[in-house]
Amino acid sequence: MKAGSNLEKILEAGKFAVTSEIGPPKSANANVIRKKCGMLKGFVDAANITDNQTAIVRLSSIAAANILLQEGIEPVAQMTVRDRNRIAIQSDLLGAAALGVKNVLCLSGDHQVFGNHPQSKNVFDIDSMQLIRMLKDMRDEKKFECGDEMDVEPRLFLGAAANPFADPFEFRVDRLAKKIDAGVDFIQTQGIYDVPRFEKWLNEANDRGLTEKVYILGGVIPLKSAGAAKYIKNKVAGMMVPDEVIDRMKNASDAKQEGIKIAIETIEQLKNMKGVHGVHVMAIEWEEKVPEIVKESGLLPRPTA
Amino acid sequence: MEADEATSTSEVPEEFRPRIVAYCCNYCAYAAADLAGSMRLSYPPDVKVIRLPCSGKVEISYLLKALEEGADGVMVAGCMEGDCHFMEGNFRAKRKVRHAKRLLEEIGFDSQRLEMFNLSSAMAGRFAEIILEMTERIKKLGPTPLRKGVKD
Amino acid sequence: MIVGDRKPMDEILEMLEPYENILILGCGTCVTVCLSGGEREAAILAGQLRIWGKKEGKNLNIMEHTIQRQCEKEWVDEMRGHVEKADVVLSLACGVGVQLVAEMYEEKAIYPGLNTTFMGYPVVHGTWLENCRGCGNCVLAHTGGVCPITRCAKSLLNGPCGGSQDGKCEISKDTECAWQVIYERLKKKDQLDWMNSYQPPRDWSTAGDGGPRKSVKIEEVID
Ligand code: SF4
Ligand code: SF4
Repeated sequence: MKAGSNLEKILEAGKFAVTSEIGPPKSANANVIRKKCGMLKGFVDAANITDNQTAIVRLSSIAAANILLQEGIEPVAQMTVRDRNRIAIQSDLLGAAALGVKNVLCLSGDHQVFGNHPQSKNVFDIDSMQLIRMLKDMRDEKKFECGDEMDVEPRLFLGAAANPFADPFEFRVDRLAKKIDAGVDFIQTQGIYDVPRFEKWLNEANDRGLTEKVYILGGVIPLKSAGAAKYIKNKVAGMMVPDEVIDRMKNASDAKQEGIKIAIETIEQLKNMKGVHGVHVMAIEWEEKVPEIVKESGLLPRPTA
Repeated sequence: MEADEATSTSEVPEEFRPRIVAYCCNYCAYAAADLAGSMRLSYPPDVKVIRLPCSGKVEISYLLKALEEGADGVMVAGCMEGDCHFMEGNFRAKRKVRHAKRLLEEIGFDSQRLEMFNLSSAMAGRFAEIILEMTERIKKLGPTPLRKGVKD
Repeated sequence: MIVGDRKPMDEILEMLEPYENILILGCGTCVTVCLSGGEREAAILAGQLRIWGKKEGKNLNIMEHTIQRQCEKEWVDEMRGHVEKADVVLSLACGVGVQLVAEMYEEKAIYPGLNTTFMGYPVVHGTWLENCRGCGNCVLAHTGGVCPITRCAKSLLNGPCGGSQDGKCEISKDTECAWQVIYERLKKKDQLDWMNSYQPPRDWSTAGDGGPRKSVKIEEVID
């Protein structure tokens, strides 16, 4: 065991994992998080806490992760390299580990031009690849990035993102291989709508033996409307939504229900794919739908690790 | 027709006769001015024509200089678009005039006192008409605010 | 070259407000080529200020002068006569030039007329692209001659982030994804190895994060 987290145990046991995501509030209101915990508890193995997602200031991911621990949900603290240099990242994650956080997701982070402080200075001292390696070395070698040693290491199960829908497509499996080389333990992918493209990526990863070296959790984001689908397709960099999906959403009498249905169908497909070890259901500001999706996908009850 | 109109305006009472500097391309506007002269087309007389080898040769600083020294209006006249003797000099001139207008607006100076025109060497009537048009425009704007203290 | 843009007129007028004898000082090198601070631009700005002054009824004496380089002492020293006639110098050089002029004429008011923006080259006439941040440890040998430090919005070293799509950067459809360009170049040259292997964190101390940098050519230093 690298960190002994619930998520790690479930994956190690070869069970199909379910994670979800909680976006902290744009305020100091802890109750928002507690309420969302109430919705997800018992339905997921762990929940990600976003780190100032889309570069909009929100309650800190590590502080929110601590609230999750109090509420009995295992957190996956997201950590971007956009806002912190290597000093701050190492310090914050020592703190997170001390609080009992056992999973971290290493990200580049959306560029700050998207957020509510586009005038801010970005950091990008290290990139997400280097973040993975740095945390692995802290955990496995008890070494800081500079090489100094520590006595109590942060035992963290290390995650990263992969986006099979970004370009250059041919590099995407190479990039996965690099992340494995850097020391990643699990991957959560970008939301999957274009299943064939995902499979193409996955097959190559399978062929190269990569899916035996890392756990892959397929990303699923339920759509709320045809408009949302179009927006994601046209406006969100690095996401793809095929026209069939948009049409299904357009023609549905109850678009929201259709969105849930598509999500469930996608999970069904993912469950049967070689190399997929779980799903990551991202329903930001729609967390109340996660139980239904998990249940209808036949993923209940969640195993106790 | 054009000439008639031009004649009648030049007879307007003389309380304000706009002084206009016209930077003219040798191949079109300057030749047209010449032709207008030999055809005895009349146009307002207070125009100082400055010959350039090409309208594209005009510098923004020349345009500003003319205004600064007390011109009521400044114009650049180049060949019809597509007919420049030097391929695209008139487009350069157009960009320069457009930019000079922005520079004038920036310091709160009415950019209508500056304009670009296009014509060919055969358009003597059009030349007279352009001068008239510019004169009328400047008359509406009144004398330049910069002439205080400038010797005529 | 070093690229700059003229400062907004309001800011220039505010800086020059207390003065009557004004020298607009052009620089004949980078900012001439990038059309922001050479002789021509000095003449234009001087023309604008003269028109403005007359319009406002001020008695301004606007002088213009352009030297070959404001970033070298010899040139800056030579123009002493011009500087002495002025109460204020508005330098149209990059920030380097302004600083040297300010250092050599400490008693004078020396102000910047440009915002110095970046180092780059023109991609098409009239448009410049930032290419180098002078990071002090060049990686171009490995990246097909495309700088990821400067041209990737996140200065990534291990390949494109998840926001790269259709050759564009996630920050804007008008911005190329540097890593897409790097990938294509390296592929053509059959040199993808570097990109496919893990690149460790950089030492940014050479990039200015270690404090102001100095370059000493020991063989040239006269002791
Ligand atoms: S790697 Fe550094 S020195 Fe080389 S081009 Fe980029 S910023 Fe400039
Ligand atoms: S899209 Fe490309 S250029 Fe933009 S931040 Fe990502 S990797 Fe860098």
